[in-house]
Amino acid sequence: MDFQFLYILITGILIGGVAGYLGTLTISKRMALSIDPLGHLALPGVALGLLYGLDISLCAFLFIILGMILIWYFEIKTKLPTETLTAIVFTLGVAITFLFFPLDHDELEQAFIGDISKVNFSDVLFTLFLSLLLFFIVKKIYQKIILINISEDLAKIEKINIKKYNFLYLLSIAIIVALGTKIVGGLLSAALVAIPAATSRNLSKNLSQFSFLSVLFGILSALIGIFLFKITGIQAGPLIILSSVFFFFISLFKLN
Amino acid sequence: MSEKSDLPILIVKNLKVKLENKEIISNLSFELKKGEILTILGPNGAGKTTLLKSLLSLIPFEGEIIWQKGLKIGYIPQRLPFIKDVPMSVEDFFKLKNSSKEKIEKIIEEIGLNKDFLNKKIGNLSSGQFQRILIAWALIDDPDVLLFDEPTSGIDISGEETIYSLLEKINKERKLTIILITHDLSVVFKFSDYVICLNKNVICQGEPKEVLTSQNLEKLYDKEIKIYQHHKH
Repeated sequence: MDFQFLYILITGILIGGVAGYLGTLTISKRMALSIDPLGHLALPGVALGLLYGLDISLCAFLFIILGMILIWYFEIKTKLPTETLTAIVFTLGVAITFLFFPLDHDELEQAFIGDISKVNFSDVLFTLFLSLLLFFIVKKIYQKIILINISEDLAKIEKINIKKYNFLYLLSIAIIVALGTKIVGGLLSAALVAIPAATSRNLSKNLSQFSFLSVLFGILSALIGIFLFKITGIQAGPLIILSSVFFFFISLFKLN
Repeated sequence: MSEKSDLPILIVKNLKVKLENKEIISNLSFELKKGEILTILGPNGAGKTTLLKSLLSLIPFEGEIIWQKGLKIGYIPQRLPFIKDVPMSVEDFFKLKNSSKEKIEKIIEEIGLNKDFLNKKIGNLSSGQFQRILIAWALIDDPDVLLFDEPTSGIDISGEETIYSLLEKINKERKLTIILITHDLSVVFKFSDYVICLNKNVICQGEPKEVLTSQNLEKLYDKEIKIYQHHKH
């Protein structure tokens, strides 16, 4: 077995699994769609990384955080709903990418749908470290975020610091979307978070099933996508997402 | 042991609550003693839920709300519409409070359900069962005071009757003080020691038999008609 393929597999499994886990919180927050814009915000970061040979996830992360700060600033300044502000900021991300970062066709494709074949050993270490970190953060905030999502009033009575937990949640989302750009690109990385959790929600009776199945579908989709990529040579990003949607379709027939 | 003390455990003085610049409650004052059941009666939009939330410091208010020190308060909200967004068993719901399995099983029996309910999905419970689970959830930390916001609809009559007798049983067994929101007159007469009739201003307050005169009730609900007419435009 060649090492390159092993690196790809490990990276895919780690990111797919943790994204699935985090996704269960996103679904409980009814925020699945609002992660999409974050992927678009990541685009100029990915482009910057590609042009100057920097780590694309790191650059993506910086741009996502910048975008989040911008949305937060707009929220203080106007009474428009967050959703509207998000729409403004994420289109800005796409526009900036095309205006300021002239990418050739291949680079654009990589920014949009990822290029997992470029993963190297240091990426594996980097991903391993961040995935483990994310896993522990999510585990730590899980119960609290669920209660906050059910009722902020009940959470307040339980003396939960809502702002702190929401911040940790958003930070985790920013990290996973940035990591996701490596394997599925900016346009698809939100799907890593949303789809496995949606599938799992259709099948689960309780919280532990919900998170376990979501991690499982996240990992399986990554594995299937990567093997199909190995066989066909088609980019892994869309293949991973298609496998994920495939599981979702199946889950529709066994709704719980 | 003398359980009933004459010292109030809650003193509310000149409470005023504004939401988005609209005055919801004005100049409310009352006191509550340990073990009492207080009902808050009033039409929809009278500020009943707002009053409970201000007692819990969930919303800003003017005036004074003084709870006895070290008091534990349990809250039963009117409804939790978002709870069905997550696949969650009854046991999961209690675990959000880090409760032990023994404690959960004990409380489930106390509110008249059996252990099998722990594995049921919250979304599959009937409204009456869910109401009981909410009561158990509030009771599991052994609170001294229970604040109960009655659901405006969705619980069938027989279910509603047993919920109130359950609350009365809990009040006696646990020496629990209860503040109960209702729009149902019979609940006030049957279960409460003290009633506050609220329609933004306090229309009347005192022992139900004394203050719920037909004159006062007319005043309490007459306003509702005016409010509705006003809102229609």
